Amino acid sequence: MTARERVAGTVANYVDERTGAAKWMKKNLTKVFPDHWSFLLGEIVLYSFIILLLSGTFLTFWYDPSQREVIYDGSYVPLQDLHMSAAYASTLHISFEIRGGMLMRQIHHWAALIFMAGMVVHLMRVYFTGAFRKPREFNWIIGVGLLTLGIVEGFLGYSLPDDLLSGTGIRIAEAIIQALPVVGSYLAFFAFGGAFPGEAFIPRIFTVHVLLLPGIFLALITVHLMLVWYQKHTQWPGPGRTEKNVVGYPLMPAYMAKAGGFFFIVFGVTAFLGAVASINPIWLYGPYNPGQVSAGSQPDWYMGWLDGLVRMAPPLETYLFGYTISWNILIPGLIIPGILFTGMALYPFIESWITGDKREHHLLDRPRNVPNRTALGVMSLTFMLVALINGGNDIIATTFSLSINQVMWFSRIGIIILPPIAFVITKRICLSLQRADRELVLHGRETGRLLMLPHGEFVEVHEPISPELAWKLTAHEQAPALALEDVDARGVRRAGGLKNKLRKRMSEANAESIAKPNLSDLKEIEHH
Amino acid sequence: MSNEIEAIKDPGLPAHVHRKADTDPVAEKRAERQVAILFLISALGTLLFIFAYYFIPEDVFFFFPVLGNTNAHQLFLGLGLAIALFFIGAAAIHWAKTLMPDEEVIAMRHTLRSDDEDRDALVATVKERAGAAGLGRRSLIKRSMGLSLGLIGLSPLVLLRDLGPLPGDDLTKTSWKAGTRLVTDPGDRPIRPEDLEVGAVAQVLPEHVGEERRHLSDIAKDAVLLIRLRPEEFQLSSERLSWTYDGIIAFSKICSHMGCAVALYEQTTKHLLCPCHQSTFDVPRAAKVIFGPSARALPQLAITVDSEGYLIAQKPFSEPVGPSFWERSS
Repeated sequence: MTARERVAGTVANYVDERTGAAKWMKKNLTKVFPDHWSFLLGEIVLYSFIILLLSGTFLTFWYDPSQREVIYDGSYVPLQDLHMSAAYASTLHISFEIRGGMLMRQIHHWAALIFMAGMVVHLMRVYFTGAFRKPREFNWIIGVGLLTLGIVEGFLGYSLPDDLLSGTGIRIAEAIIQALPVVGSYLAFFAFGGAFPGEAFIPRIFTVHVLLLPGIFLALITVHLMLVWYQKHTQWPGPGRTEKNVVGYPLMPAYMAKAGGFFFIVFGVTAFLGAVASINPIWLYGPYNPGQVSAGSQPDWYMGWLDGLVRMAPPLETYLFGYTISWNILIPGLIIPGILFTGMALYPFIESWITGDKREHHLLDRPRNVPNRTALGVMSLTFMLVALINGGNDIIATTFSLSINQVMWFSRIGIIILPPIAFVITKRICLSLQRADRELVLHGRETGRLLMLPHGEFVEVHEPISPELAWKLTAHEQAPALALEDVDARGVRRAGGLKNKLRKRMSEANAESIAKPNLSDLKEIEHH
Repeated sequence: MSNEIEAIKDPGLPAHVHRKADTDPVAEKRAERQVAILFLISALGTLLFIFAYYFIPEDVFFFFPVLGNTNAHQLFLGLGLAIALFFIGAAAIHWAKTLMPDEEVIAMRHTLRSDDEDRDALVATVKERAGAAGLGRRSLIKRSMGLSLGLIGLSPLVLLRDLGPLPGDDLTKTSWKAGTRLVTDPGDRPIRPEDLEVGAVAQVLPEHVGEERRHLSDIAKDAVLLIRLRPEEFQLSSERLSWTYDGIIAFSKICSHMGCAVALYEQTTKHLLCPCHQSTFDVPRAAKVIFGPSARALPQLAITVDSEGYLIAQKPFSEPVGPSFWERSS
C-alpha cells in the first residue's frame, strides 16, 4: 500500500464511522446515467444558476439598494452632476470604477438569459419527449414553478439598476397591480410604500431578489435533482433499452468528468459573452424619471411575450357603479398567463386522463409518434411566438419600415388563427414522418444506386436497415383510443355524458397514427 | 396481445466498440498529451486574466474587428477568464471521452410503488399512532387547535400592514391647482404662450415651491405635455376648447393605459404615441385613443394665462391621471 492509499483509507474510515456513508457512496458512485445531448439542457440551467449565485454575490459587494437621491460624481462624464438614485449611481460605480465590475455585470445578465432560455428549451425537451409522464409529474410541476419564479426573478434583477428603462418596466408592473379589482390600489401602495415610485421599492425587491427567491430556487432545485436521482433518468428507446432498465455511463469517473467539465464550458461561454457582448448598457438610458421614457422600450425576452399580449389587447374597460375594471390590462397581464401556466402545470394529468394510461414510463417518446401532443406543443409555442413578436412590434416596424398598426393587426389576428394552423400542420408532419419510418422499415434505405433490369426497367436498389434501427423505429406503443361508451352494459346512459364525449373525442384524436410495421408485414414484403 | 407477439424484436445492446486509445498505446499517449495541452491553455487564460487586471489600464480603447471600439482592460480580463474556464471544461471532457472507461452499463430499475405489505403496514401505523393521539375523539382540542392555527395564519397580514399607507386621495389628486404656473422641465422656468411655436411640444410641471427637490412621486402624476396647434385645427367641444389657450393644449403626460410617459409626438399627423404599448392619441380631438390598448383619452388640463402673461392652470385636473384603478369612477 502506498502512503497515498493509506491516507485515503484513513479518511474514508473516519468519515464512514461517523456517517455510515460507505454503503450509499458505493451504490451511488456507480449510478448509471443515460447519455444524450438533450439531457444536457437541464444541466445548463443548473450551471447558470451557480454562475448567477457567484456573479450576483460579487455585485452585492458594491451595489447600494437605495432610492435615496445622490448627485453623480463618478467617472462617466455624460452623467456627471445629475441627480439619481444611489442604486443607479452604485451600478455605474460597479460598471466604471470596479475592475471586473462591468464584466461581472454582463456575465450576470447573460447568465440570467441563458438560465431562462435553458429552462424553456429543457421544458420543451421534457414536453415533446413525454418525460413528464408518471412517475415524473411532481418534477414537471416543480419545473413550471421554477420557470414562473425565474421570470419574476429576472424582472426584479434587471429592475435593480433603477435606470430609465427598468423604471419604466416597474411602472408597468405597478399598473398591473393597480388594475386588480377591489384590492389593486391598496396592494400597489403597500408594495411601493406609498405612491409610485416612492423610495421603498428598490430596497424591497433587492431582498426578494438576492435572498427570498434564490432560497426558494435552491430548495426547489434540490428537490428536482433528488427526484431525478431517485427515479433515475429517462432514456431514449433503442436496442437493449427497456422500461425496466437504464443504460448509460456510471457516475464515476466518466459522467462526473463530463458533467463537471460541462460546468466550466457553460461558465466559459458565459464569461466570453460577458467579455465581448455588451448587454443592458444602463449608462446610456440615464436615471429613472417617471416623466421621461426612451423610444423602443423593451423588456428582456422572457417578459416580451407578456408585454406583447398587453400591447395587442383591445382597449376595453368596464365602468360599473363607480368602479373600473381594466380588461385591457387584466386579460393579457394576468388572466391569459394564468391560464397558460396552470394549463401547463396540469398537462401531465390531462394527458393521462385522455389516454387512460396510469403506468410508469421511463422510455422517451419520439415526438412524431405522439402527433397530438407534439402538435399541441407547437401550437402553444406559436401562440407565445406571435405574442413575443408583438412585444417587439415597434422595433420590427422601424427595422422593416412597416407601420406599427400593420404589425399590431398581424399579431392580433395571427395569435388567434396561427396556433390552430400550426397544430394541423404539425400533426400532418408527424403522421408523414411515421409513414416515412414505416417505409424505411419495410423497404429499407434508398441507396441512390439505379439498376437496369434485363427488360429495360430502371429500379433503385434498397438496402435493408439494421435490426437496431428497425427496433428503434418500431419500439413505441400504439395504444388504441379508449373505448368509452355513452351507455353502459345494461343500456343506461352514463353520468357525465358531455365530459365522456369530450374525453372520447380527444382520445380518438390522440390515437390517430400510421400503423407501425410488425414482423408479419416484413414477411409479407419478402414474399413479393 | 397479438400485436406484441408479432412486433419486431429487440436485438439487444450492440457489442462495445473500442476506441483507438483503448487499444493503441500511441493513441493513448496522444490523447494524454492533448488533455494536458488543454489544461495548459486554461492556465495561460488565468495568467492573461491576472495580467489584464493589474497591467492593462482601464481607459485604453482600441479598434477590434466585429466589436468596434473596445475597452482593452475589460476585453482581455473577460477573454482571460473565458479561456481559463472553458479549457478546464474542454480538458475534462476530452479526458472522459478518450481515456476514461466508455463501456455502457445496464442497471435495473425498481418500481417506485412500495409492496402492498409495506403500504398496509404504513396505513395501520398511521391509524394506530393517530388513534393514540386521540385527535378523532378529542373534538375540543381539535376545534381549539383549528382556531389557533387559523388565527396565527392571519398574523403576517397584520404585520405587513405597515408596508405602506392607504391610497386615500393620492391616486386622484395632483399638484395642479387653479392658478398654478406651468414651468419647463428641465429648467423650472415659467412659460409664455409666445415661447411655443405652432407645431412645438414641451414638457412642463407645476411650479414648485419650497426648499426640497421635487419628489419623483409627484412628477409621476404632474408631468404635462404642452402642444401648440393652429386654433382652427382643434375639433373640440366648446367646453374643452375653453380649456386651451391660443392653440395651446395641455394633456397629462402619464399614459392612461399603464403610466408610461407619452413621449412621442408626430407633428404631421398630430398624434401622441406611448412608446411602451403604442397607444395612440389624437391631439386635435382631445387626445382621443385612435389605436392601441388604452381605453381612455389622456386627461386634459385646462390652461390660461395670468396677469403677467404666463401660462397657468385654470383648475386642477377634472379626472385622475395615469393608469386605471378599481376606485376610479369613469
